[in-house]
Amino acid sequence: MSNEHLMLSQVSIEFPTPSGPFKVLDNVNLNIKEGEFVSLIGHSGCGKSTVLNIVAGLYEATTGGVILDGKEVTEPGPERAVVFQNHSLLPWLTAYENVELAVKQVFKKTKSKAEMDEWVKHNLELVHMSHAMHKRPDEISGGMKQRVGIARALAMEPKVLLMDEPFGALDALTRAHMQDSLIEIQARLNNTVIMITHDVDEAVLLSDRIVMMTNGPAATIGDILKVELPRPRNRVALADDAQYNHYRAEVLKFLYERQHRPEDKTEKKSEADVTSIAKGKINVKAA
Amino acid sequence: MTTDTLKLLGTTPLQWLANGLMSMLDKIQGINPQELIRSIAIPVIAFVLFLVIWGAAASQVDTSLGKVPGPAKVWEQTMVLVDEHNNERSREKRFYERQEKRNAKKLAADPDAIVKIRPYTGSPTFFDQIWTSLITVASSFLIASLFAIPIGIICGLSPILYKALNPLIQIFKPVSPLAWLPIVTIIVSAVYVSKDPIFSKSYLTSAITVTLCCIWPTIINTTVGVSNISKDLLNVSQVLRLGWWTKVFKIVIPSSIPMMFAGLRVSLGIGWMVLIAAEMLAQNPGLGKFVWDEFQNGSSNSLARIMVAVFAIGFVGFMLDRLMLMLQKKVSWDKSAVLR
Repeated sequence: MSNEHLMLSQVSIEFPTPSGPFKVLDNVNLNIKEGEFVSLIGHSGCGKSTVLNIVAGLYEATTGGVILDGKEVTEPGPERAVVFQNHSLLPWLTAYENVELAVKQVFKKTKSKAEMDEWVKHNLELVHMSHAMHKRPDEISGGMKQRVGIARALAMEPKVLLMDEPFGALDALTRAHMQDSLIEIQARLNNTVIMITHDVDEAVLLSDRIVMMTNGPAATIGDILKVELPRPRNRVALADDAQYNHYRAEVLKFLYERQHRPEDKTEKKSEADVTSIAKGKINVKAA
Repeated sequence: MTTDTLKLLGTTPLQWLANGLMSMLDKIQGINPQELIRSIAIPVIAFVLFLVIWGAAASQVDTSLGKVPGPAKVWEQTMVLVDEHNNERSREKRFYERQEKRNAKKLAADPDAIVKIRPYTGSPTFFDQIWTSLITVASSFLIASLFAIPIGIICGLSPILYKALNPLIQIFKPVSPLAWLPIVTIIVSAVYVSKDPIFSKSYLTSAITVTLCCIWPTIINTTVGVSNISKDLLNVSQVLRLGWWTKVFKIVIPSSIPMMFAGLRVSLGIGWMVLIAAEMLAQNPGLGKFVWDEFQNGSSNSLARIMVAVFAIGFVGFMLDRLMLMLQKKVSWDKSAVLR
């Protein structure tokens, strides 16, 4: 097991509340290989972001832990770069300066000034943002902001790229465009990626594996779906692909039959699980 | 509102106002006339109405110094104060000219003569007093800000320090300058003993009092601004492992600038307000002393001259606020934000 790239082992986390500790995650186990693209999917509030924040080091697991290349994760750091849902660019800095801030922080000692400048520009080029690199976040569109956010994360040369619903706030067309860019970048750089998403199509299109989470509290991994579609993947060609649609259906079934939305949960939930399994509707893939 | 009516106004003591409005009109020719009426005519009408009511009400009140002065009397005294200022300046000029001539003559007669250059010692005019007050308030405000901003940043970043300092801040914030003044006066006289003082004691006393009163709003606002920084930006700073200073200068200060400036503006306003009282009691030269001297003087013009001072104080305070606003616009990254 020690040759695993990224290991989450028995991760549980509790948050203190006035009425006692509240268990958000319970016993999450996940091993991720280098260069693998993993999506986390689940209903809102199930703790997907919490998993990501624990890997990022922003939260500390109550029990269990995360090991990256044999070292335990104890604090945030640039080798686990995060692309935040709402881009989180510094609004007073231009696109270039936002990326530069990260580059200066990571490569202060190893790169010269000229090299850093080139590296900033290279990463903005990678996300097709060279034309607007001297614009501030409020002068560019939502999709462009997210591109800069990705450029900033990539510029840190992270071992793992963590993306928290990176395209959730974008309109459908922009989102598709960004997904294509991400496929292209990942094919070039072969980063290890963990991405949170709500979007079933996005998960199937981008991932090597889709991790489906049960509803909280005390959420855990319900099922893992291996997506064995050949790369490079093309969204138009895949739209008619039987295998692709099968994967979609798998995820949808998990989300809407085995895991109810949080609104109609608790007492009905376990019952629903039992009946759907009993009817043999769910084709359980081994984790 | 046409330029004609403004010209008509120009024959009244409102000349300066009309002149200002006309230059404004030049700038905004071509803006839709309704907008023009709304933005210029309404304030002008309100001001004229205020003058009328003031004039009518003032003539009803008899005091030991005669009737309470109306707008015309106050305007007259404004002109008197301007004249006094100009006379004093020309007297000073003549004094130095005479002195120079005398010295030149002395040197011509005996090249080794020791020439003395005496400073002019005329009494400060109203405008000198305004200038003195501005210097005092500027120095106190600067000192207050130099302390308040770092304290605010640290309190905003550290919940423990915030809990420690907040009660003190809340207790000292509402204290009147009149309560600080005696303490400051006595401490300054005890501590600041120098044969050749750079600052007069009264200056130090009033400056320190003003500092003590105007430091709090900046501290509180900066603290609130810093503690409300978006969690996402702080996460970014953590992921990047930014050092403390980089974090403060790249993230904390830029994002709390609007709140910081709101505090600075309140501080400067309070400082200016408090300064007048401090100058009055500390007998430090400045507008406060001018008011106090006129009050003690008790001539038939005193009330009108004090009212001139009231307008001057108000106008300068307004200008100081505008100045801060300009400064805020300059340093603010968000040029689209509406500042008022």
